[in-house]
Amino acid sequence: MTCTEFLALLDDLIDDSVSVETRTHLQEHLKGCDHCEVTLNTTRKTIEIYRSHEIYDLPAGLRERLHAAIMARCKKGC
Amino acid sequence: MSTIQPIAGELEPHPDVALVEQVRGGDVSAYDTLVRKYDRQIFRIAQHITQNREDAEDVMQDAFLKAYEKLDQFQGNSKFYTWLVRIAVNESLMRLRKRRTGKMVSIDEDVETEEGSVPRDLADWAPDPEQNYSQSELAEILRKTIQGLPQGFRIVFVLRDVEGLSTEETAETLGLSVPAVKSRLLRARLQLRERLSRYFRKKKGSGESRSEK
Repeated sequence: MTCTEFLALLDDLIDDSVSVETRTHLQEHLKGCDHCEVTLNTTRKTIEIYRSHEIYDLPAGLRERLHAAIMARCKKGC
Repeated sequence: MSTIQPIAGELEPHPDVALVEQVRGGDVSAYDTLVRKYDRQIFRIAQHITQNREDAEDVMQDAFLKAYEKLDQFQGNSKFYTWLVRIAVNESLMRLRKRRTGKMVSIDEDVETEEGSVPRDLADWAPDPEQNYSQSELAEILRKTIQGLPQGFRIVFVLRDVEGLSTEETAETLGLSVPAVKSRLLRARLQLRERLSRYFRKKKGSGESRSEK
């Protein structure tokens, strides 16, 4: 397996949607390729960081104000 | 036993379906529950697309109001959340169009970049690299990095990886094919990874600066 072939399956590997057979091929490639191992690990970490950190928070005060505005208009029939 | 047992293999209806039914029956407070359940996600999605806080506030209100008005059109064959996200994405794109009057804005723009290329930056990252930054520094890095992605990649990454929609739901929401979503997702993930490497790479020796580019 080449690095390009590995990369084409990177998302499927990360999303755990590869067959047992494909996974074995991918793991064999990883054993001998630091390049792809780093790519896999840091791409996984990229997703995890974005998932676990709130970069656009909705402050409580603003949330309540928007909420009140929405519900007031819904009650009036929009 | 008098309770109705679900038939084996039959999927339990999503709790949102009952709430939607209550709203349709005139119970506005049930809509209150739906708004509280999804307002943060809708606000985030709107911020990611418009990249403007005031626009995101307007989009959030407009999306929930539009969903309320159109509730009769909600078929129930997709999740209420996915349906709501589609409305919010459309409202966000409309808002962008208003801002850039005359310019077409679509999720197809700016996506012509090198396809499937092997990443160039191969530096490994420090273990728990985010520990080297304060929460506010980290949030700024993450914001700046994702804002630099082409719009068409950014939306796919946000819906699929941040908000947890499936590939199929993302495709349906954006009116894209499943292969198009997959291709954009891969490129989005790789571009973000490469850009974050500037901040998170392992330091060689002690004197190396955090950012070299």
